[in-house]
Amino acid sequence: MEIFDLTVYQLKEMMEKGTITAREITSVVLARIRQFDADIRAYVTVTEEDALAAAQEVDQRRKDGEKLPPLAGIPLGLKDNICTKGVRTTCSSHMLDNFIPPYNATVVEKLNKCGAVLTGKLNMDEFAMGSTTEFSAFFPTHNPWDLERVPGGSSGGPAAAVAAGEAIYALGSDTGGSARQPASFCGIVGMKPTYGLISRSGVVPFASSLDQVGTLTKDVRDCALVLNAIAGHDPKDNASAAVDIPDYTTFLTGNIKGKKIGVPKEQLGDRLDPRVADVFKKALDKLEELGAVVDECSFPHAASAVPAYHIIAPAEASSNLARFDGVRYGYRAVPDDGKEYDLLEMYMKTRGEGFGPEVKRRIMMGTYVLSSGCYEKFYLKALKVRTLIRNEYQRLFQDYDVLVTPTSPYLPFRLGDEVDDPLELYHSDSYTIPVNMAGLPAISLPCGFAEGLPVGMQLIAPAFAEGRILQVAHAFEQNTPYHQQRPPLKEKKGSES
Amino acid sequence: MKLTREEVRQVAVLARLALNEEEFNELYGKFNEVLEFVETINNIDTENVEPTYYLMPVQNVWRSDEAHQPLAPEDVFLDAPERDGSFFKVPRIL
Repeated sequence: MEIFDLTVYQLKEMMEKGTITAREITSVVLARIRQFDADIRAYVTVTEEDALAAAQEVDQRRKDGEKLPPLAGIPLGLKDNICTKGVRTTCSSHMLDNFIPPYNATVVEKLNKCGAVLTGKLNMDEFAMGSTTEFSAFFPTHNPWDLERVPGGSSGGPAAAVAAGEAIYALGSDTGGSARQPASFCGIVGMKPTYGLISRSGVVPFASSLDQVGTLTKDVRDCALVLNAIAGHDPKDNASAAVDIPDYTTFLTGNIKGKKIGVPKEQLGDRLDPRVADVFKKALDKLEELGAVVDECSFPHAASAVPAYHIIAPAEASSNLARFDGVRYGYRAVPDDGKEYDLLEMYMKTRGEGFGPEVKRRIMMGTYVLSSGCYEKFYLKALKVRTLIRNEYQRLFQDYDVLVTPTSPYLPFRLGDEVDDPLELYHSDSYTIPVNMAGLPAISLPCGFAEGLPVGMQLIAPAFAEGRILQVAHAFEQNTPYHQQRPPLKEKKGSES
Repeated sequence: MKLTREEVRQVAVLARLALNEEEFNELYGKFNEVLEFVETINNIDTENVEPTYYLMPVQNVWRSDEAHQPLAPEDVFLDAPERDGSFFKVPRIL
């Protein structure tokens, strides 16, 4: 394997042995970006000089005999909704084209303390609303496994970058599947931790009762290492949980004998692509072979999670995105005839010109379901459905240690195929959305291939039982070859995209 | 239930979104399509079910009243579209 194909853990070991430096690793990753990102388009902003400087500093500290954390000197990319002081943070929106945050997100502060090396900011669906990264206001990102296909979304840039070796790991966010589904589409590991485990301070909010920072890594051990670095209470996030954070690598025992795994049968229904179903069934056989007890179970309200989510998430988004008013930061519309807008016109034109079509649709839906006369029929009703979903998970976790589903019912779409059909896209998240509605932790990991495209499997656990899913995911991974496969990238010489 | 064009135009005003005609037409159809879909939750029986507003059992997160270092004024105004000294400048209101 090439340097850019290696994991955080492997590169950390090499640096500790002195066989490679952080600067060398960073140079390799930057070269990879230069070579392939014209085709993949994962990056909105590349921070080459800062990355090399940060890497050099880590090398110096190591040379001085300092004992450094595992992430020191390892290049990472950040989804472009995670604020980086002095580095443009756009949410892939014209609204924030020129936005330079005056502070770092808490996760960025934590990574900086670890000596992390930021190679840049990664593309996404605008304000994290979408499942293909085609709603980026700048350009779509391409799937490294097949450049004609989407990388998933909304963390499509982070997933594509990690899969292509343009970053060793990345952080994204996950409101309804936005870290897990792109991880599945790009053949890597994506984790959405329990609501409240990781601080969202400085992460541009979408739906505050659902949002969580997510990790994108090449394997489960890397996922545990990244969680170790960024989990923990933060007074700057009111929903941050004050819980003890274990060393997540201690769960990677390789042993899952007797673990009870439930498969909600309602999530293997009509929408599931038979090619995905086939790979998924073989993965279940593998889990049984490893000693787990795999059983079918029932989750009758699974289907109602999608419509309820598409009330709650837009409602919260319409409120959160009210901050984009052209006054304190971001885009402001100016009339081109030299006259001046009045205040209401300025608000309306700024938002009308600054936001893209999917963001507008969701703001409209959110505004409507919260408007007088609609609140009870839509918003309050959706919150009650949310209680039913939580109760069902609670009931299931009395009988099962973890639940397992495919991460997405579909293989990666062809670019342009689904972008005009919002309902079809909303359904594509139907296995990941219920997890956010209940605030549970879940991981997506590669579980096979269909027609050369990666298929992901999702493991779900009770709140704050990240260790449990890491344990099962790790055991599966150690006994299957999928996490070691890398996309066969070739430069599209002379072509334009 | 479908909203009329006038009703959807009113929602756009509430949401402070100026939409051109082409954009409005595109959005109008999709808005009603999604609305009909999300309305299906009204078929679910939620009699005697409490709503879940928050996932975490936390209420009233307090902190001690200690001074912290705020952002420097220059940082606060770093991204302002228009400023006048230590004020954000907006179009005429009155």
